Amino acid sequence: MAQLSEAAVKRINEICDKYASEKTPLMMILSDIQKEYGYIPLDVQEIVSERTGISVAEIYGVVTFYSFFSLKPKGKFVIGCCLGTACYVKGAQQVIDKFSEILGIHPGETTEDGLFTLDALRCIGACAISPAIKINGKVYPKVAVSAVPGIIEEYKKEAKA
Amino acid sequence: MSKVNIKIEGVPYQVEAGLTILEAAKACGYEIPSLCTFNHGECSQGSCRVCLVEATGARGLVASCVYPIAEGMEITISSPKASEARRSSVELLLSNHSKNCQECDKNGKCELLHVAQLTGARENVYEGSKTPVSIDRLTPSIKRDTSKCILCGRCIARCKNAHGLSVLGFERRGFKTIVAPAEDRSFADSPCILCGQCTTVCPTGALMEVSEIEKIDAAFKAGKYVVVQTAPAVRAAIGEEFDMPIGTLATGKMVAALKRLGFKKVFDTNFAADLTIMEEANELLGRVKNGGVLPMITSCSPGWINYAEYYYGDLLDHLSSCKSPHEMFGAILKTYYAQKIGVDPKDMFVVSIMPCTAKKFEKERPELGHDGLADVDAVLTTRELGKLIKRAGIRFTKLPDEEFDNDIVGEYSGAGVIFGATGGVMEAALRTAAAVLNGQELEHVELQEVRGLEGIKEATYNLGGLEVKVAVAHGMKNAKVLLDQIREGKSPYHFIEIMGCPGGCVSGGGQPYVKPCFLPNEEDNILDTYRAKRAAALYREDESKPIRVSHKNPQILDLYKEFLGEPNSHLAHELLHTHYNPNRKRF
Repeated sequence: MAQLSEAAVKRINEICDKYASEKTPLMMILSDIQKEYGYIPLDVQEIVSERTGISVAEIYGVVTFYSFFSLKPKGKFVIGCCLGTACYVKGAQQVIDKFSEILGIHPGETTEDGLFTLDALRCIGACAISPAIKINGKVYPKVAVSAVPGIIEEYKKEAKA
Repeated sequence: MSKVNIKIEGVPYQVEAGLTILEAAKACGYEIPSLCTFNHGECSQGSCRVCLVEATGARGLVASCVYPIAEGMEITISSPKASEARRSSVELLLSNHSKNCQECDKNGKCELLHVAQLTGARENVYEGSKTPVSIDRLTPSIKRDTSKCILCGRCIARCKNAHGLSVLGFERRGFKTIVAPAEDRSFADSPCILCGQCTTVCPTGALMEVSEIEKIDAAFKAGKYVVVQTAPAVRAAIGEEFDMPIGTLATGKMVAALKRLGFKKVFDTNFAADLTIMEEANELLGRVKNGGVLPMITSCSPGWINYAEYYYGDLLDHLSSCKSPHEMFGAILKTYYAQKIGVDPKDMFVVSIMPCTAKKFEKERPELGHDGLADVDAVLTTRELGKLIKRAGIRFTKLPDEEFDNDIVGEYSGAGVIFGATGGVMEAALRTAAAVLNGQELEHVELQEVRGLEGIKEATYNLGGLEVKVAVAHGMKNAKVLLDQIREGKSPYHFIEIMGCPGGCVSGGGQPYVKPCFLPNEEDNILDTYRAKRAAALYREDESKPIRVSHKNPQILDLYKEFLGEPNSHLAHELLHTHYNPNRKRF
């Protein structure tokens, strides 16, 4: 893994210090890092460990427990397919399978061009419009399997633009 | 202390408030099967569900290890509902367990098998998929096999309690959860100091020492001149492998057993502990006189050395350059002693019986050898020695007491014996330093200030007009306090003893397991008292020795006269001293 830049080390320390007075700061620190960098690799966890006195093993445990955190960089577009109960009975599995098939990746993986990450989500609270997906925060209601190729094309175009 | 009234199986009892159901039941004479809980909440996740009972006021069954008692609570342990639930919990654990029990090194000491027996678990009730397995056998010290892990978290708690930061943690989630160093790395690629404390609390065979019994068999087969040495702490615990009470001093029987196992010579590492004191006390005096780096820190504990190299690479100049005693002994056996008895050092095979798993790693350090030969060839833990003795069919408790060999080397003083308890090295060194500096022997050689289980002990002694401030720490959590003081330039001390394991070597990672469920005849709080009991055994042996200071050991004096010259001589440095590696990567 490439050495972390000085700026990144400084920024991560700043994030840690921001929550120095919190009793249990880990989730907040990791959330900020995830939001800012898109992933939390081991050498970043080590810096957090040194700054907070929480062991790397514990931090790694938290990062691998919550699907919100990622060890690897995420793609430019993160496609989250809801597989909660309501979406699931409305055919969400077929929707995610279609994304999987077209993009050539499994849920949790990122395409080689770094464009798309496919995530399986538990209920996103959009049961009334199930099956729902979320791409970089934008929610798509009642997604049909046949609509999947068009959605992917839409983002490919956006990437080129 | 306020009391509450409870009923167990309909019988009224009055018990201390604030206890868990499990603790209250124990006080009333009931042993509820349990697995994940350990040592008054050192670990209590309530995760294994083996201790389920019925309690009034609760919805459904409760995990008795975490559920607190309340006034008027009625507890039922034996109802079919509770019994069947406990049995199911164990059966579910077994369904995700690699059940090669007869080949497992934990056989006979496994708490999972114990609760399986207690709850009457049936064969293969639940069949299904298993959690992906991760096995780590890369270090010479500790092996990890997640197929035997029940996710109790005891190892994580122990590592954290002893050393501040746990190297192990829970990883991933749900059915895929494992306990591992970050990234599921090997202990070899993580900042694990290999102390083995995790192996002493693991209820199953998930964490164990790497056995070297086969190496010894091979040495015997190859016709090597196999000699053995035993660390001081081993004699204070080996009896436990044969159901003797904790704190039994079994020196004579241990020697008798080793002689029956075919070792050519059976030596006491204490001889080398005396030698260590000669070197270390003189090194300290040299540093004090010549303005060397102070405080000087002891270097006997290989777990501590690993920690220093990982976390305090900038302070390695503070460490004594002395090798640990068993390494010193190995070096002397393969030079001075081999020459004296006319054995080619290449044909000599030195086995160390140690209370320690880190010693297994230590002996493989390339810097700990001479003329291409390692100082020590194999390290067995006290537990492995127990196995070796049982394998040979020796009835340990029926053995006569026999004496260590001490033909040319091997004689030892009381100062050497107490190395096994926290504060012991400090006390032994001060006995000798006082004599050298004051020009006369201490009137009272028992230095109570540095004894006992306090996390950090400190004392000041007047040695030859100099106020010498000393400190003793055990477990890296305590050591860190003293080390950070040094780093900040605020350490008031001249000499510091650090031991890797809490309590020192008597409670080292290679010592017999102290598992209350297997010790029905020990007192209920044995986990609080076993360290002190084993240490007391060593202090008893110290008291019984006619010579109690290292510098009066006649064989040590001969060794210097005939071979080494004087302490810290050129030859002594070549054979008895080492150096450390400041660049060990943590990840």
